[in-house]
Amino acid sequence: MVTIEINGKPVQAEQGKMLIEVADEAGITIPRFCYHSKLSIAASCRMCLVEVEKAPKPLPACATPVNDGMVVHTRSPRAISAQRSVMEFLLINHPLDCPICDQGGECTLQEMALGYGKDISRYSEAKRVVGNPDLGALIATDMNRCIHCTRCVRFGQELAGVMELGAPGRGEHMHISTYMEHSVDSELSGNVIDLCPVGALTSKPFRYSARPWELTAHFAVSPHDCVGSNMRVDVRRGKVMRVVPEANQIVNEEWLADRDRFSYTALNHPERLTVPMIKQDGQWQETDWDTALTRAAEGLRDIVQRHGAESLGAWAAYGASTEEHYLLQRLMRGLGSANVDHRLRQQDFRDQAAQPAYPSLGQAIADLEQLDAVLLVGGNIRKDQPLLAQRLRKAARQGAKIMQLDAVGHDLAMPLAEQSIVADLHSEMLGVLKALVSEKGEAAPQGLGEALAALEPSETQRAMASALLAAPQASVFLGNLAAAHPAAAELRQIARELAKLSGARFGQLAEGGNSAGAWLAGCIPHREAGAKPSTQAGMDWLQMCEAGLKGYLLHGIEPELDCIDSAAARRAMNQADFVVAISSFAGEGLKAQADVLLPQATFFESAGSYVNAEGHWQQARGCVAAPGEARPAWKILRVLGNLLDLNGFEYTSVEAIHSEMQALFGDVAMLAGEDWQAEQSWRPPEGLLRLASHPIYRVDAMVRRAEPLQATRDAEQAVLRANPATLDVNGLTGATQARLSQGGVSVVLPLCEDETVADGVLLLPSGLDEACGLGAPFAAVQLENVD
Amino acid sequence: MSMENNTLLSEASRADIDRWVAKYPPEQKQSAVMAALRIAQEQNDGWLTRELIDAVAEYLEMEPIAAYEVASFYSMYELSPVGKHKICICTNISCLLRGSDEVVSHLEDRLGIKLGETTADGRFTLKEVECLGACVNAPMFQIARDYHENLTPEKIDAILDSLD
Repeated sequence: MVTIEINGKPVQAEQGKMLIEVADEAGITIPRFCYHSKLSIAASCRMCLVEVEKAPKPLPACATPVNDGMVVHTRSPRAISAQRSVMEFLLINHPLDCPICDQGGECTLQEMALGYGKDISRYSEAKRVVGNPDLGALIATDMNRCIHCTRCVRFGQELAGVMELGAPGRGEHMHISTYMEHSVDSELSGNVIDLCPVGALTSKPFRYSARPWELTAHFAVSPHDCVGSNMRVDVRRGKVMRVVPEANQIVNEEWLADRDRFSYTALNHPERLTVPMIKQDGQWQETDWDTALTRAAEGLRDIVQRHGAESLGAWAAYGASTEEHYLLQRLMRGLGSANVDHRLRQQDFRDQAAQPAYPSLGQAIADLEQLDAVLLVGGNIRKDQPLLAQRLRKAARQGAKIMQLDAVGHDLAMPLAEQSIVADLHSEMLGVLKALVSEKGEAAPQGLGEALAALEPSETQRAMASALLAAPQASVFLGNLAAAHPAAAELRQIARELAKLSGARFGQLAEGGNSAGAWLAGCIPHREAGAKPSTQAGMDWLQMCEAGLKGYLLHGIEPELDCIDSAAARRAMNQADFVVAISSFAGEGLKAQADVLLPQATFFESAGSYVNAEGHWQQARGCVAAPGEARPAWKILRVLGNLLDLNGFEYTSVEAIHSEMQALFGDVAMLAGEDWQAEQSWRPPEGLLRLASHPIYRVDAMVRRAEPLQATRDAEQAVLRANPATLDVNGLTGATQARLSQGGVSVVLPLCEDETVADGVLLLPSGLDEACGLGAPFAAVQLENVD
Repeated sequence: MSMENNTLLSEASRADIDRWVAKYPPEQKQSAVMAALRIAQEQNDGWLTRELIDAVAEYLEMEPIAAYEVASFYSMYELSPVGKHKICICTNISCLLRGSDEVVSHLEDRLGIKLGETTADGRFTLKEVECLGACVNAPMFQIARDYHENLTPEKIDAILDSLD
């Protein structure tokens, strides 16, 4: 530690820390544009010039390390004069079009100009004019306003991992642009809107719709992935106008994924459900709440009376609030059925009783940055959990070995130490385990001896094992594709053993926004709230499909789109006599299958709590009133409970539900999970294997309807992808389209050669309109030439 | 990025780039970007196509836009076709004091083009450049790797006549 003096005040600081950081911590404000605490130092704007005694000229505080005895003046005449001069230069080419600029009112340049600018410009020559690149559906550009701080360029390079924006040209001709006109496709691209200190990069969906001073800020938690990003929802006159990040260093830092930032654009989608509806003789009729709820309650009761409570099932969305998950399972169990599930993107539940209290990351989100080795199995973390990938990217920049074991070599936008792309994740993982066992010279873990005996690990498998073993901090993660695997339980067992043997942590990158909350609230067939074993046996969602249940209560889902096995979901819905859907949106698919539609408030319009992957329980209070007759789901479920004469449905507020749950949950990490063993019996089926998981902008009903997101490159998914060798084997070399058949359903789609897909694998994501009715992933499919 | 791009760089160019890459630590291949862009430019009649910049970026494992930043920063890289002989005329202060405007007007008259233009037959391009460090013998211009100094109209004619 050294002692320096800033503006006459002695300040203790770490030797070598930058002056601007030290001043920030001491509460002394130095003006700046290009400096950002999460980005590398550019020192290009020169706004932070300060006077340092004994230095011959003013120094940029962002790039000046502190030294013992330094005497700094940030407000001396010399410092102020330097800052004012820089401001004068910055304003030379700035258009001063604040009245029509979206940044007006929250613009760093505007604020600084008030403090450091002159009333009148001495510059009377022509201003520079630059073109506005089209960056796609999310970011609007007015590059004349740009002051070349390069924050957006550095964000791309350092945090998003893809340098999409750059600063070509020199001096007067330098401008921020993409390389030859193309859109910015990063899943984190919206963050450059916040980073831009001027109005050069602004939000396209928000453009010209409101002024910052007209907005009131509300807090919300994103339910689109298991990060639980904190969001500031800006509201004007009861309408959500935009979403920006709410800084929370342990969760999302200062960032948001585009999915969290722009999903609000779906709130007023034409398919938004705002009135209760019932189906009369095959025709939908709008009705009032009393009629709809009575109809729903009667229908459910009727099923119970005629077929027994066990022919009733409930499916919930991953992103429903914990309170909703809790009430839904209470309602079902109250009716006498434990058939309640939210794990609609999984198909192997053999180890469910041995699972911990919830699918956990196994560590704090912020700890991901400290890892030295990471084995990622099955899943595109970059698109599935963008902000977790961002943390890993930081670790990778510091030298962490990131290893990818997958059936598709997704570009994770970070350097990979090892990569293994194979169709059979299962035996590949066993290979790594074998390598680990051999390296340690230990006996095979219990129950795995037979599976490992005959294996001869490959070089890559050995390298992965060594890296895990050598790293002081290592983790093994199972992603969304691994969770959707038909032998996911076996993969979990191997991953746990890998972690145990190598001293690494085991983590699950859970699907959806609140899977942890759903587990804890008992929205699973085998456990009640607080991870207590269920008193009555219940069926998982695939067993329900199998059993052909007679009645369903759907919560926030569209079965054919949300379930990984769309074919099974379709069959189940067709077999049911009565389906009640609590939903915010109703597309054609849901309308064809439901009998009663109860309009639900979205998470923007309803209070609720969410548990993220690290077990952090966050509460939000809702931001705006729901449109029309839509109501918070907890109220709908409460009234349904009352109409069905169930006990304990007298809640008057969401807080009452919350405190009831709190008492049940106790310590969130109460159940660590046990070892679970199976014969490692899974073998890939013969023939071509279809891979599927939900792509980034198809994960829930709201995201699917967010038009700006649907206009991005990441939304272009309805394509069959296979590598050239696979295409050759199937006689499809050079074909532009093909017919995919799975379980009697077929679709014709464009065909794309993709080197990143493993041999013998065809990639067609689930959750697409085009993939409706197709079966589960890792099943054999047929591919035919139709050219 | 596909492997096709790399067939754009000739074998000789790649060998030449490798020589430069070898001068830097292996994880800092992109340090060779300036040399690599120059080599690519020489291979392609003195100018860089977008594909060539892509190919250089891929060869050095860097983002295409980062290579483009370099290519667009330095005036020695040409991003559109140039004539067979690029005449870089210094018009900076020393040359100006010693009559570079006469050099310019003589060249413009003789070739029938303005600064920044290329003759219709594609033989000559006139380019205005800043100081090339030959003030002692101003005025001057550069053609290919040669400096021509103490220029007079007669000398200029002789130089141009000697070019193919």
